Amino acid sequence: MDNAFSQPQTVVVLGGSSDIARAIIEQLCANRTETVVLAGRNAGLLDEAAAAARAAGATRTDTVLFDAEDPSNARRTVTESFEKAHDNVDLVIVAVGLLGSQSEDEDSAEAAARVMTVNLTWPVAALAEVRRRMVAQGSGRILVITSVSGVRVRRTMYLYGGAKAGLDRLCDGLADSLEGTGVSLQVLRAGVVRTKMTLGHPEPPFTTDAAAVAIIALRGLASGERVIWSPPALRYVFGVLRHLPKALFRKITER
Amino acid sequence: MSRETLYGWGRTAPSVAEVVTPHNEEDIMAQFNSSPGVIARGLGRSYGDAAQLSGGVVLDNRELGSIGEIDALGVVTVGAGVSIDELLATSIPRGWFVPVTPGTRQVSLGGAVAADVHGKNHHVDGSLATHVLALRLVTPSGAFTVSPTSDPDLFWATVGGMGLTGVVTSVTLRMLAIETDQVLVDTQRFANLDGVMAAMAGGDDAFRYSVAWVDCMTRGTHMGRAILTRADHARARDVAAVSLRAPRSPTLVVPFSAPSGLLNSLSVRAFNELWFRSAPRHEEREPTSLTSFFHPLDGVRDWNRLYGRRGFVQYQFCVPESAGDTVVEAVTRLSNSGVPSFLAVLKRFGPSNPGHLSFPMPGWTLALDLPVGPTKLPGVLDDLDELVLGAAGRVYFAKDARLSPQKARAMYPRLDAFLAVKRRVDPKSQLTSDLARRLQLDGK
Repeated sequence: MDNAFSQPQTVVVLGGSSDIARAIIEQLCANRTETVVLAGRNAGLLDEAAAAARAAGATRTDTVLFDAEDPSNARRTVTESFEKAHDNVDLVIVAVGLLGSQSEDEDSAEAAARVMTVNLTWPVAALAEVRRRMVAQGSGRILVITSVSGVRVRRTMYLYGGAKAGLDRLCDGLADSLEGTGVSLQVLRAGVVRTKMTLGHPEPPFTTDAAAVAIIALRGLASGERVIWSPPALRYVFGVLRHLPKALFRKITER
Repeated sequence: MSRETLYGWGRTAPSVAEVVTPHNEEDIMAQFNSSPGVIARGLGRSYGDAAQLSGGVVLDNRELGSIGEIDALGVVTVGAGVSIDELLATSIPRGWFVPVTPGTRQVSLGGAVAADVHGKNHHVDGSLATHVLALRLVTPSGAFTVSPTSDPDLFWATVGGMGLTGVVTSVTLRMLAIETDQVLVDTQRFANLDGVMAAMAGGDDAFRYSVAWVDCMTRGTHMGRAILTRADHARARDVAAVSLRAPRSPTLVVPFSAPSGLLNSLSVRAFNELWFRSAPRHEEREPTSLTSFFHPLDGVRDWNRLYGRRGFVQYQFCVPESAGDTVVEAVTRLSNSGVPSFLAVLKRFGPSNPGHLSFPMPGWTLALDLPVGPTKLPGVLDDLDELVLGAAGRVYFAKDARLSPQKARAMYPRLDAFLAVKRRVDPKSQLTSDLARRLQLDGK
């Protein structure tokens, strides 16, 4: 169960080998988290993440394999993850993501669809099953990791940004739908984070590492704010950027 | 049956459950026959998650509300849903007071038994269980009347058992005879914690009631300055005019949640200062109404809303007599940490009872109200757990909203004996709560 300080005991991660999710899990396990179920595509990476969770204090870990390119497995993945948790799940972290390569993907129907499926369709399908289970449970929290690239979609990564925008906006309504159910949903809107996903990409201002995001995520989970910005300053940066005239926005972001 | 969001008095960690209102034992049995998880709820005055069960069935016991005749010896049988407030409304005019009352009248008798509540007279009279002659208990394996002589194991597992052995439907207890509705109160201010603790250790035994308010926010030489109040019931000859009036309803109401952060270290410091300065330096045998001595906060309805949306936690621990320095260390750490904490309540406990999970032990207890919000608060309290455990002390389940299962087990060494009794009457572990799941008290 969650305690008064919103410290969960049982956590499920969809996208369990994500560097951001790993960093969050390690910090949660230093507090009250004992059971962690990690779902992801790469068994080796999941085992590594599970070992790290145990080293950080988890007493029980388990893994579930799935491929986010196929939304038809979303329900099965969530079901299996909840069953392996053997208890009420206090927190589900949705950390599934695929950055892709904009220049290579933008003229390929298949590749463009893949970016959309992994970043939007699969998570939305999974959230439907998570929602159903948690509402029945009468308690629980959901943390969905989106991206500031979805706040205003730009030319250089419109596939990824567009998919994250869809997920982020959808979560607004989903969170409202949970009012009075004992379940709540928060969005972690992250700036660029140095991870294996962004390796080799340029580092814009406000780039952070995963450990820094995790600290902000935990603080946000405790405070319960609907949208958690990481780093927090991006709330104001994007407050300005999203209202800039198109030409100026392009000039700034395409450098 | 309706789906409702429930939380404790601290307004943290809400969860949603099916709320059912039973009118008799059959109604409760029907829930055991159909629901995998059930817990009873009274007036929701446990601070944490003791009377809620996410996704399960919560029994709202307020309809179990009968009050029997008080016999010549003060023995009365009361429905578990009756509040101490309601009982006093009947009993005070007839010259009887409850043998033990917590800091609020707004608790149900069933809840009071489940938490084995204590009051300002614990050093003399023990906790509520000492005055309970019998309980009616509905469990998944049947309904029983238990007492210290009839199935004592089940009786002692039930008092302080946080509702996890069954649903208490009625309580037979022995009341205390009173001649007036007044107490004679001695008040004394102390500049620091050592002074008040010495006075309590030396002089508490001369009074039936004793409690101290400690300021945990002053540092330096005035660290832990305190106001000690001690009292006895006023006899008829002590007062000008004898009266036996029932307590009045609250006159003030907090109508909505204050913004979180209203109670910060600045405002709390100011409040504590005011409180300390408004107490007389030294006063003896001042006639005071039962209500304002025992239940000062009951004058303001829904005062917990002052803590805002994020709510608050109460941290209450006890340590053995010999570990008085642990109390000093705890207050020192809190005052150094700078987390805001309202005047803490310090009290000496008398002997414990055989209750497996009953909280009091002979020694000291300190209770603090702390608003949720400061990022270091969870860590400060985790460190206090270590300190308390190191002194062979424990934390009170009825107040708890953040302990870990490992610490709970270490603090309550008779947990396994409790679970053995629980398994006998609840083999499928149907009686559970968010608290029980969080601290692994349900034997699953």
